[in-house]
Amino acid sequence: MSLTTLIQHCLTGISLGGAYALIAIGYTMVYGILRLINFAHGDIFMMAGYFMIFAMASFPWYIAIPITLICTVALGVIIEKVAYKPLRTAPRMSIMISAIGVSYLLQNLATYLFTALPKGYPEIPVLKKIYQFGGVSASLVTFITPIVTILLVIILMQLINHTKMGMAMRAVSKDYDTAQIMGIKINNIISYTFAIGSLLAGIGSILYFTDRMTVYPYSGSLPGLKCFVAAVLGGIGSIPGAVVGGFILGIGETVLTALGYSTFSDAFTFLVLIIMLLFRPTGIFGEKATDKV
Amino acid sequence: MKKFLSIAVAACLTVGALAGCGSSSSSGSSSDSNAASGDNVIKVGVFEPQTGENGGGGLQEVYGIRYANQMYPTVTVGGTEYTIQLVEVDNKSDKTEAVTAAQKLVAEGVVGVLGSYGSGVSIAAGDIFADAGIPAIGCSCTNPQVTFGNDWYFRTCFIDPFQGTVMANYAIQNGYQTAAVITQLGDDYSSGLGSYFKTAFESLGGTLVADEQFQTNQSDFKAILTNIKAASPDFIFAPSSITTAPLIIKQAREMGITAVLAAGDTWENATIIENAGADAEGIVFSTFFDEAAPANDEAASFITGFKEYLTSIGEPDIIPAVSALGYDAYITLLQAIKDADSVDPAAIRDALVNVEAEGVTGTIKFDENGDADKSLAFVKTVKDGQITFLTTTSLEG
Repeated sequence: MSLTTLIQHCLTGISLGGAYALIAIGYTMVYGILRLINFAHGDIFMMAGYFMIFAMASFPWYIAIPITLICTVALGVIIEKVAYKPLRTAPRMSIMISAIGVSYLLQNLATYLFTALPKGYPEIPVLKKIYQFGGVSASLVTFITPIVTILLVIILMQLINHTKMGMAMRAVSKDYDTAQIMGIKINNIISYTFAIGSLLAGIGSILYFTDRMTVYPYSGSLPGLKCFVAAVLGGIGSIPGAVVGGFILGIGETVLTALGYSTFSDAFTFLVLIIMLLFRPTGIFGEKATDKV
Repeated sequence: MKKFLSIAVAACLTVGALAGCGSSSSSGSSSDSNAASGDNVIKVGVFEPQTGENGGGGLQEVYGIRYANQMYPTVTVGGTEYTIQLVEVDNKSDKTEAVTAAQKLVAEGVVGVLGSYGSGVSIAAGDIFADAGIPAIGCSCTNPQVTFGNDWYFRTCFIDPFQGTVMANYAIQNGYQTAAVITQLGDDYSSGLGSYFKTAFESLGGTLVADEQFQTNQSDFKAILTNIKAASPDFIFAPSSITTAPLIIKQAREMGITAVLAAGDTWENATIIENAGADAEGIVFSTFFDEAAPANDEAASFITGFKEYLTSIGEPDIIPAVSALGYDAYITLLQAIKDADSVDPAAIRDALVNVEAEGVTGTIKFDENGDADKSLAFVKTVKDGQITFLTTTSLEG
């Protein structure tokens, strides 16, 4: 394998990993607070793609991006209010099933509203500029995806560790009932969590689709599943874990394909999930579970 | 925490398992055509994907069938005029859903079935139709396995060994000596067509330098394309759905791959040009139908009429080849009902064996496997944002 090919593969892997990481954070945050796997997260990501298409149709990109992010956040919060909040006292299984329902609802709603034909993602000229270094060629977005990811994670960690809201979030994730007794407004905190998760999914969606250019109603399903695996791999509930998990999966898949085993790239992802659950169910960064009786 | 995680995984697995159970409803009633004949209505099943991966293409085929039904809403059998009612089911581009959808059609008592777009779902449903004794006419499912060994399945299009050979011939004749193949794992259409191309290309003296596979719903092809770029082929054959095609095209061009990108019939679709934009320039594909050269009067009137129909439902007025095939499948079934002079599915099936119908893609006759006797393919390309006719290719056998 020539050096150029190697560098090209590395770029692909890191960029894909960055996009996975952004989505995986959404899974992990919601899980940390609610102990809920939000299966609709991948579809929120897909809907963000459609929002961007419609926003770009009438506005320049620097206005379209904020509009897309606001719509995505609104969607995430509305889903939480409508589908999860009424079930807060129900067994966890019910919320999980509700999440699966929302996921299917969004997919079919998108099929109904926008048809199953793929829609072209609008081009953001700045991000799409193609750079050539010798034989390696890639657009700007490929380079900035991992950088944006790392920056966002640093900001998020600051938010969680050094602000009042972050403290409240940590309290809720440690003990739900006690946090409530201490005067934390649980519902607000949960809404914030969904808002942040959806915001990251929205940013991830812009980076991912700018690089991959088409959106269709099922374009969230496979990335969604893989990012769930990434979150579990890193230790679900842990934000740095989700990032590391995302990069491991993105790079791992690319390496397998590079070696000529493209057939097994998805098998790899899910094999990682099984092995991880068998030998270290708390993930790489997961805290040891001490379930008190 | 451990516990919740295991619940989560259990939930994932349960969803998977439930998806597999869809086929368990048994509606083993053999088709009852008498029930329908009471009020002079006969039902024809439309077995197409309207959602899922092939939802877009399937819907275009349905448009062709709906338009045909609008043109020829009735058929006269034994002196009585019957109204033909279309029963549409959605097979969701999924082999398991396909079986459920097929059983639903059987339960509805249809006398014949049209469809499907996508060979995998047609193969999956083939036995259901055969067991129930209902003839089915595929429109654009090109994998040989659809009709092979199934006396009840026919089709109006050419098949993949032919199509693969056509594209291999095209490549060799235009001086492309090395090729790469990209196929979709687990998709009968894509992997079938890919392997026929491989065989034909190598037997014609070409060299295959890369053979890559991708997963359903995959949207990142950069790793695959990096490998292909390193192998630097002249010609890339990537039979794939219209959802995947623009992704492959755009990413390949973005990475600086300049080889000719080619595929089969699925790529003849305005959506691909719309999504891939300027990158779609120069892609090459084989297809069933060319609107610039109508084969007969039926085709000429279809081209004007169907364009109006497309405009009336808010679609661009470029006729997809699959719509033409959907139209032809309907016409052929209609002709068979007339020939049989009966609404009994078994009689219609017997009539289909010897049917000869004037369709818009030429005269339709079936060979001993039930495949349309077609030996002509149109090779087209994209130039200045328009699908442009390049050459016709016909092969013996």
